[in-house]
Amino acid sequence: MANNKTLLLKSGWVLGLFSLIGIGLVSLTYSITKDKIADNQRMFILQNLRELVPETLHDNDLLSDNITIVDAKAFGNQQPVTLYKATKNQQLSAIIASPTAADGYNGSIKLLVAIRENGELIGVRVVSHHETPGLGDAIDTNKSDWIYGFNGRSLTNPETRLWRVKKDGGDFDQFTGATITPRAVVKTVLKTLQYYEANKHLFITTATPSDHE
Amino acid sequence: MNSYKHILKNGLWDNNQAFVALLGLCPLLAVSNTVINGLGLGLATTLTLILSNSIVSIIRHQVGTEIRLPVFVLIIASIVTAIELAMNAFFYELYLILGIFIPLIVTNCSIIGRAEAFASKNPFTASFVDGLAMGLGFTAALVTLGAVREVLGSGTLLANAHLMFGDSAKDMVIYVMRDYEGFLLAILPPGAFIGLGLLIALKNIIDKRLAKPKTQTVNFSIDPEKA
Repeated sequence: MANNKTLLLKSGWVLGLFSLIGIGLVSLTYSITKDKIADNQRMFILQNLRELVPETLHDNDLLSDNITIVDAKAFGNQQPVTLYKATKNQQLSAIIASPTAADGYNGSIKLLVAIRENGELIGVRVVSHHETPGLGDAIDTNKSDWIYGFNGRSLTNPETRLWRVKKDGGDFDQFTGATITPRAVVKTVLKTLQYYEANKHLFITTATPSDHE
Repeated sequence: MNSYKHILKNGLWDNNQAFVALLGLCPLLAVSNTVINGLGLGLATTLTLILSNSIVSIIRHQVGTEIRLPVFVLIIASIVTAIELAMNAFFYELYLILGIFIPLIVTNCSIIGRAEAFASKNPFTASFVDGLAMGLGFTAALVTLGAVREVLGSGTLLANAHLMFGDSAKDMVIYVMRDYEGFLLAILPPGAFIGLGLLIALKNIIDKRLAKPKTQTVNFSIDPEKA
């Protein structure tokens, strides 16, 4: 009986010891890599933002000048949406929203939508998606030019009822064999434009970093 | 020396974890759509195997048989988490592509399999070599399947090489077929199953051919593989 007890205790100690070693190893790696990882994530977003909003349009730090909308129902989903502001000489020149289209064929499609201060789209990019390779993934810039079709569009170009894919009687192409993916993207871009139109005043009056909130 | 050679051959060919033991099929099938994806996951798995085999071998006398498995799982999970963090830090874009399959290395049966079947019974150097050989065998399988699927599916080889080797590797991509429309089936999951099946069949044919000279029986009957 006593033997069993010591064996049990010893096993417990050994297990505990290895848990500690494991935690130590992971914490050590974490503390070494955490700055680099945060930096990577910043650079990744910044690279995407810069591709949409060229240097000529802004002179602020795009990443630090942002607001997050937690209640993002206006964008048609539950995920919080971050809005980055591009300002030049303290004047708002564009905003970049990061809405998520929740109704892709295979889950969420994360987008970046850049809107000029006058409500015209600079462009749209897909940050991440899980659409079917060869069908729905034509929303990627390295697979097709489809996403560039949003450049220069606005709420009046085309009018709201034509903000659909052609199959639904709208103005935007779908892909052969894949309607759901472009439908989700078009819908989310439209909602983002509508959100900006309705809340424009918020951004224009709070264009300087010191003012907002 | 001979035994190391044996261990190497075992890992790379005779007991290849992917083609013979058929372990780790989930990452093998999911991530083998391009050479670079396969190589990335293969090397991460190799590193895990080497580290877990080495550590298990070092502690094999200290840990009693009753708690052997939980301790192995703890070790493997810690190693994989550390590797995941490191990849996140140093190969960020590749990390984004491989996504969930890096943490899922923990569940690759071949890792705990080697710890249990080999490292817990063998000295350090042999266990290290075994981890290396098994890992490289698995990597070779991933890369081969990745190459087949990438050529058939998109007509390229080594696309996205810069994700692993830095910007200077951007020109490494080989366009096997110009203006290729792409064969969708090869990229989709069924293509992975079919490709793996064909590669296993190929390996079996090679093994059969190699085995023939040893057996003295001269057999001129029609071999189905030759037809």
